[in-house]
Amino acid sequence: MVATQPKRSPLHETHEALGARFTEFAGWLMPLQYTGAIEEHLAVRTAAGLFDVSHMGRLEVRGRDALALIQRVTCNDAARLRDHQVQYSALTTERGTFVDDLTIYRFREDHFLLCVNAANREKDARWIREHRAGEEAEVYDLSDELAQLALQGPAASEILQSLTEVQLDHIRSYWFEQGEVAGVPCVISRTGYTGEDGFELYVPVDSVEWVWNRVLDAGQAAGLKPCGLAARNTLRLEARMLLYGHDMDETTTVWEADLGWIVKLEKGDFIGRDALRRQKEEGLRRKLVGFQVHDRAPAREGYPVLIQGRVVGQVTSGSYAPFLRKNIGLTYLPIEYTSIGTRFQIRVREREVEAEVVPTPFYKRPRS
Amino acid sequence: MATYPEDCLYTREHEWIRVEDDVGVIGITDYAQEALGDIVYVELPSVGDHFSQGEPFGNVESVKAVSELYMPVSGEIVAINEDLAESPQLVNEDPYGDGWMVKIALSDPTELETLMSASEYEEYVKEEREK
Repeated sequence: MVATQPKRSPLHETHEALGARFTEFAGWLMPLQYTGAIEEHLAVRTAAGLFDVSHMGRLEVRGRDALALIQRVTCNDAARLRDHQVQYSALTTERGTFVDDLTIYRFREDHFLLCVNAANREKDARWIREHRAGEEAEVYDLSDELAQLALQGPAASEILQSLTEVQLDHIRSYWFEQGEVAGVPCVISRTGYTGEDGFELYVPVDSVEWVWNRVLDAGQAAGLKPCGLAARNTLRLEARMLLYGHDMDETTTVWEADLGWIVKLEKGDFIGRDALRRQKEEGLRRKLVGFQVHDRAPAREGYPVLIQGRVVGQVTSGSYAPFLRKNIGLTYLPIEYTSIGTRFQIRVREREVEAEVVPTPFYKRPRS
Repeated sequence: MATYPEDCLYTREHEWIRVEDDVGVIGITDYAQEALGDIVYVELPSVGDHFSQGEPFGNVESVKAVSELYMPVSGEIVAINEDLAESPQLVNEDPYGDGWMVKIALSDPTELETLMSASEYEEYVKEEREK
């Protein structure tokens, strides 16, 4: 590997001026936190938070056979999408494991936007292109032309409504509209990675600083705070949303990651279908579970997981959960140990602490 | 801006020690707590444990990371701050006061000469920041 400078968001100077502390993530230098990870986390649960998520990859698939191509490379049924609808899905290998997880935006049958993980942007674009089997469709990487913001939290809708004519209460969860925010044409999508109501905005890079500042100003009275990747990680973990490269990757199948709801075997052929069907028939040997630690020590990624004194795996994500005020995490366990209430141990340095399989999501937002 | 009380001595690993009658109170510095961010767990030794100078004696964990704590001097632990179990954020709020971590009976007070004064530590932090 040649050492390269991490990429910078188009908002880098804006974050510096806000006093952000930065961290390197997937080849990007992004804000880790502004005022404090816990404060930012709680702002999203109780008011609202604004995240720069421009590091995410944004790929466009266009052409007569765009839908057919997406159907071939993903495991969820993209044919169920209507125009302006969003779907969570995965790009799967022949073994039914993850090339990546992603959200699919349908503009029209011949025009889709894929939001993919930062680290996988080039890999995904290549994978989709290489797996064309005569479909007439092109893959374009729009990541450098579009920036991406996430406005999340119970006050998000009210804040954003003050900056747009688009009727936000007409956009349901996992749908999007195109419209102006603070005079800038954006894609306004009711999606996120926090477990809260909220929006993601796809904004032309030259206007993103303007939009970021307008949103921050508009949200000031409501308690909106700029939020970094530290809060993004603890928020997504409380909501049991998985992180690629940590909770799943090319060695774990979609069933094993307990994302069976995005596998649609009956939709027609797709890469990985045979393997996923076989695994469904044969049964799983292991599965991702959520756990709570019965100890004050957080169980972090990579810590060994033990059953009856034997190491059976490791923590894939683990943290103190700022809203729930307990230590939680995710790990793969042998299938016979995955039922709720099962006790196991995690080695935290030289100690073994007690952990318990608990229902997930750990946090579910109250219905308004 | 970080603060550097004059009545403490400092290590290169950002612990402070305040000594009275051969008993030293130990904690981490304002600079250290700020660099760590929100502290969620502090793992401390037991009263009666013995440590040599420079030896790890515990861990402090923020939301994002775990950092080891190193003994400024050799000796025996005579007290630990029990409040940190319930309220680890005291280390952020008052690093030189309520956020103290352990008290140690010094076995070799001459080791104090190897530590930095407040002004030396302030200079050291300035260099660390410029790295």
